[in-house]
Amino acid sequence: MWKWFHQLASPPHFYRIAPIFSAVLLLPGLALIAYGVYAGLFLAPMDYQQGDAFRIIYVHVPSAYLSMMAYMIMAVAGGIGLIWRMKLAHAVAASAAPLGAWFTFLALATGSIWGRPMWGTWWEWADPRMMSELILLFFYFGYMALRAAIDDTAKADKASAVLALVGVVNVIIVHYSVEWWSSLHQGQTIMAKDGPAMDPGMLYPLLANIFGFTLLFGSLLLRRTRTEVLFRERRTRWVKEMILAPEGQS
Amino acid sequence: MTDSERHMPSMMSGLTAVARRDLLLAWKRPGDVLNPLFFFAMVCTLFPLAVGPSAEQLTFSGPGVLWVAALLAMLISLNSLFISDFDDGSLEQLLVSPQPLPLVGLGKTISHWLTSGLPLVLVSPIVAITYRMQSDVVLVLMLTLTLGTISLSLLGSIGAALTVGLHRGTALLSLLILPLSMPVLIIGANTVSLAAGNETYSAGIWALAAYAVGTLSLAPYATAAALRISNE
Amino acid sequence: MESLAMGGYGTYVWTCFGLAAAVLIINEWRVRARQSTVYKEIEVRIKALEESA
Repeated sequence: MWKWFHQLASPPHFYRIAPIFSAVLLLPGLALIAYGVYAGLFLAPMDYQQGDAFRIIYVHVPSAYLSMMAYMIMAVAGGIGLIWRMKLAHAVAASAAPLGAWFTFLALATGSIWGRPMWGTWWEWADPRMMSELILLFFYFGYMALRAAIDDTAKADKASAVLALVGVVNVIIVHYSVEWWSSLHQGQTIMAKDGPAMDPGMLYPLLANIFGFTLLFGSLLLRRTRTEVLFRERRTRWVKEMILAPEGQS
Repeated sequence: MTDSERHMPSMMSGLTAVARRDLLLAWKRPGDVLNPLFFFAMVCTLFPLAVGPSAEQLTFSGPGVLWVAALLAMLISLNSLFISDFDDGSLEQLLVSPQPLPLVGLGKTISHWLTSGLPLVLVSPIVAITYRMQSDVVLVLMLTLTLGTISLSLLGSIGAALTVGLHRGTALLSLLILPLSMPVLIIGANTVSLAAGNETYSAGIWALAAYAVGTLSLAPYATAAALRISNE
Repeated sequence: MESLAMGGYGTYVWTCFGLAAAVLIINEWRVRARQSTVYKEIEVRIKALEESA
């Protein structure tokens, strides 16, 4: 088991097999999203309170979920890199940050567009989830700024891993403190909660999109990490041999 | 005498020695202590100038303004936490010294709080009275600021340790520390607002105390790890 | 056409789905672009080293 894991995590091996895994994730991911988007837009019954505007959750909820999952991946990968000195883990953390920031942006943008017809405003300060997402975006910015500010890659990896681990504890506290704060100011909480009461015709497209987005994210993360590995290993022998090999492909 | 008991005095002596040295340095350079205080007073002056001096406006926004100003003042004082030690090479000596690094970092953080957080707590009543805060609310403000600035000093020490030795560290430090400090600001400012509105506010005090204890027990290790990484 | 209007919320709904598609496409494109630039840079450097050696 350990041997297999170490072999998998070795840069040349990972570089070779990442495209295969990526394709395996990408195709079902696209299929799920195609179903989820079509069914979410046209087949799912209309919400009796929000009308058709509720259909925004089919892209909002997956991106909000991914924004948090990407942060967890970033912190866990950073921790693995710190503790077991695994190079691949740091490359994963470095690649997850910009992807996570993109999905956080998407969650904020779609939430804000949903808020315009529902709350009558583009931005509702008192909504705890929007505030948590916004602060999460700031965490991503800080993380990427710290990485960008340190020239030495190994140092940047470790420093940003410490920041991500400190941040992950804090993100949870931010979440609860924002919720408490919003309860003081009569925050609105009418964003559709996918509780058990949700109609199956509404729920299945949402689940399909959540899984589909996650698979797509995984595929993007694998390929981003692959490029990161190639860049970090640019002075090693295996990269040289691969490029000089006659059948070298990108 | 057990082994650990024999080591305890020397461990704590590292902490106190570092703290004492930093306090002496601060005494010789009072500007480092006074500048954040002037900054705090000035930010609190800007606000009535910008939004108007009416009494209800001031009582309504006072807790928030004082808390934001205190947070920013803490932030600008953080920059100097490790930088002079880094420049003159004494930080490297602390890293190789037999003293446990988390305690050394904690010693520096304690002296940072004594020279930045504590003065803010002591000055805050003067500003609070100009914002027409009631005396019992002022006490709540001082209590929340005490607990909050302890957390901010500890969180800030992580950020300062991560950015020590980097060019353009100041802006980066704010970018790292401000998101981390948001829970403290949210709980601190709103607790004072609750007290000003004659509502129960004890939950906020307990939350701030719990947060301070949590950071006190965890932050020194993160700071030590960050210091080692920054000085590799 | 009626189903595309989304009961008057069409602009909001379609903007959101469009944004999501844009974010996915941008990321897909960025991943591919970066892979090919990094690969080419390394290729040029290694080939140059090889010729000078």
